[in-house]
Amino acid sequence: MILVWLIVILLGAGALAWLAGRFGAEWPRWISLVAAGFDLALVLDFWARHRAEVEIIPQGRWLAEFNRAWVPQYGIHFHLAMDGLSLLMVALTLFIGMMAVLCSWKEIQKGVGFYHFNLMWILAGILGVFLAVDLFLFYFAWELMLVPMYFLIAIWGHEHRVYAAIKFFIFTQLSGLLMLLAILGLYFVHHHATGVYTFEYSDLLGTPMSPRTAMLLMLGFFVAFAVKLPMFPFHPWLPDAHTEAPTAGSLILAALLLKTGAYGMIRFVVPLFPGAARAFAPIAMTLGVVGILYGAVLAYGQTDFKRMVAYTSVSHLGFVLLGIFAWNTLALQGAVVGMIAHALSTGALFMLVGQLYERTRTRDLNQLGGLWATAPVLSGVGMFFMLGSVGLPGLGDFVGEFLVLLGTYRAHVLLTALATVGVLASTFYGVQMVQRAFHGPNVHHWKIADLHGRELLIMGPMMILLLGLGLYPLPVLKTFSPAWKSLERSTRSVVSEARR
Amino acid sequence: MPSSDLIALLPLLVVAGTSVVVMLAIAIHRSHRLTSLLTLIGLACAFASLWVARTLTPTEASPLLEVDSYALFFLGLILAATFVVVILSYDYLEKQDVNREEFYVLLLVASLGSSVLILSAHFVSFFLGLELLSVALYALSAYVFTRERPLEAGIKYLVLAAGSAAFLLFGMALVYARLGTMGFPQIGALLSGGDQLLKDPLILAGMALIVTGVGFKLALVPFHMWTPDVYEGAPAPVTAYVATVSKGAMFALLVRFFYQTRGVTLGPVFLVFSLIAIASMLVGNLLALLQSNVKRILAYSSIAHLGYLLVAFLAGGRWAAQAVAFYLVAYFITTLGAFGVVTVLSSGERDADALEDYRGLFWRRPWLAGVFALMLFSLAGIPLTAGFVGKFFLLTAGVSASLWNLVIILVVTSVIGLFYYLRVIVVLFATEEPAAEVAAALPPLSASGGSALLALTALLVWLGVDPAFMLSVIQRAVLSLKGL
Repeated sequence: MILVWLIVILLGAGALAWLAGRFGAEWPRWISLVAAGFDLALVLDFWARHRAEVEIIPQGRWLAEFNRAWVPQYGIHFHLAMDGLSLLMVALTLFIGMMAVLCSWKEIQKGVGFYHFNLMWILAGILGVFLAVDLFLFYFAWELMLVPMYFLIAIWGHEHRVYAAIKFFIFTQLSGLLMLLAILGLYFVHHHATGVYTFEYSDLLGTPMSPRTAMLLMLGFFVAFAVKLPMFPFHPWLPDAHTEAPTAGSLILAALLLKTGAYGMIRFVVPLFPGAARAFAPIAMTLGVVGILYGAVLAYGQTDFKRMVAYTSVSHLGFVLLGIFAWNTLALQGAVVGMIAHALSTGALFMLVGQLYERTRTRDLNQLGGLWATAPVLSGVGMFFMLGSVGLPGLGDFVGEFLVLLGTYRAHVLLTALATVGVLASTFYGVQMVQRAFHGPNVHHWKIADLHGRELLIMGPMMILLLGLGLYPLPVLKTFSPAWKSLERSTRSVVSEARR
Repeated sequence: MPSSDLIALLPLLVVAGTSVVVMLAIAIHRSHRLTSLLTLIGLACAFASLWVARTLTPTEASPLLEVDSYALFFLGLILAATFVVVILSYDYLEKQDVNREEFYVLLLVASLGSSVLILSAHFVSFFLGLELLSVALYALSAYVFTRERPLEAGIKYLVLAAGSAAFLLFGMALVYARLGTMGFPQIGALLSGGDQLLKDPLILAGMALIVTGVGFKLALVPFHMWTPDVYEGAPAPVTAYVATVSKGAMFALLVRFFYQTRGVTLGPVFLVFSLIAIASMLVGNLLALLQSNVKRILAYSSIAHLGYLLVAFLAGGRWAAQAVAFYLVAYFITTLGAFGVVTVLSSGERDADALEDYRGLFWRRPWLAGVFALMLFSLAGIPLTAGFVGKFFLLTAGVSASLWNLVIILVVTSVIGLFYYLRVIVVLFATEEPAAEVAAALPPLSASGGSALLALTALLVWLGVDPAFMLSVIQRAVLSLKGL
């Protein structure tokens, strides 16, 4: 039942915030903040109370579940369920959600009520994606997060917002519809094999089908998630959407929406079609490596601060993709840690760009420079997260990338070597960005205010979490571990066959 | 004719009776309010009488009309839609400088024609219903004759509809010449009898001509030429009526005719319908991209939507019939809602059909713009709306019959469709200030129009979130359909 409440609270708070917008701009902000905070408290409380269960849950059982018939004629259920992987993602979503409300406190002045309505509904949609185990419900939530995100970009974005919003919408919608076709294909294949019409995830696992069918259906799912991830060459929507979105929009895009793609790969693509995924793995991993290098090179070439951070996302998510398709314990652990670390470091960088933009009204790296003297805390925080992004040991991203490389090495040596080059490449863009924005002469004579109370309140927890994840990632790994075991079990027969 | 047949036909009799009562009432005392109220009461009575007729289903009231639960379901749908159109028309006509009362007589006659179409199981009733509907629509399209556009729309519709009716008649004659019968069940029995007949040129030519006639009414490509002009020219509530009731009744008939006669299993007919579906999806969506008039955008989008419906229609079987029925319900709600917004924003001089009329509407009239946006999202098939569930059912039907080519074209073209829906949405939510005269011309929202839109929106979301109830109603209804 808690799972439904998590979503309902956000939906309700969104509606309430919209209505409350009539009475003053402060109301929607507080309502949203309290709702997201209350949800987060619920999740953390649940986590604390079920600590023992979370870490050694018997395989194939959910931590929490809610199941009701929805459209019985088509075998559709309103089925939400949570395992360790979902738990991590849900907690991350709510935490980032709070940050998103906080970081738009001053930035958004027009249509505040409707803005927070959209914000809350995106979060609700994302929770739905992370919790749904009925494929129809999953698709429903997948599409649901699209519209509010579109509004967020199209109404409160920067100069080219309409173009970016439509591009984002079209890319996601087309790939989503292809996934819907694959879902329906799977539905009928399953009926053909068993005589049962169902969208239930655990029933669809292990549906027997010919390799050709499996490959086609797998590609349907894969494309949808690859667009969201984003995987090279499906990434062109990302730089525009990230750059044009308001700060909270970029934050949610980078920290959460991209993760839904990775989550979908882990939860659906490989377990539902283990054979096809295995056959496709070399291609997916190669594309992952291409993404790593391509993203890093393009990030290096950007002059727009925000666009640069956007391209680093392509690079980081390449690691995640690489880890997922290596499909062994180390690589998957790396992928999950990488997902969380990327949410923190890149999300924080986007907020930092937003804060800089509020002060200087520019995102052009050529216009900036020498900010360290005038805003030492801001610059220091910026360097901290950039170091996180380039994978400095001690911070979260390092753990993720290291584990992915370790895991991938056992699957494919050459690709691992190339991906390692990507780690090196990230140093270039990272150091260059710090140099151009914060060091050097202050040619334009910037005098800006340093980070103040609310902004420190945002950056502080992000820094602590990123550092914590880098120094002691065990809680995350332990929480993920039982979920991973049951995911792996559903693919084991195929993997061992291939070994033989 | 036994009295039980009269009871089975009660809904039709009530509609016909209401039109006479309304006509007499106008002769005695001319009052817009009274006339529209009488019309609403008559429609409500007809709706209620569906439950009376239901006790007798399925029955054949004469060889011409078949009263089964399938027909009653669609009767309910068009009666409800007509009810909404009457409410919308009231405010619209109040602003017009013409005689208002006869409008409702024409509307009732058109609904009677649609009802006959839905019930018909014979070429004679088919044609009768069609003409009853069309003749009333000619007059309705040109009803606001003080303006140029409605007149143009009326004449265009008259000429083209009369032409297509001639094609239809000739097609019926050819089939009759070969088979010697005009009843759908008899045609079905003969066609399923021998392979020889299926290749007979007379049958094929006849079927092709019937497809032409049907395709015209449904505005399928290549018989769609009239649609944008009539949609643009006709008064907004009439456009809503043409888009929903007239097309819905014809589609109900299409399903009944081609399933019952098994005409859709004829190879060439199937091929022709596939090509028409593909052409409609492509042309409708691509040409809509080029429009800057809201009514024309909706016209082209309706062409595309009928193409989507054909995909499910071609799939055949249980999945298809219920998907078609559900999608039509969703399409009715959405189209009435969209044209409803156009209607309430229209003034006495012109309809609010320019994209500029909607610029930044959200910031001035958040509820109205929100309703419009929801309707557009429903057309685009976004969750929480009936259109999403409807499109899902269409795709399910298509995939169940492995019509992969059609289904993939449906997916790709509906993504193209997103462009123009988003264009309107962008304008609705635009943050820059609109031109002063546009902002000043916003008419106030009446209680009746507002509540109609609210009810449509509630239905839209209800079907989008919890379609199970409507689906069970539909499943019971389509079970009675012969030839599934």
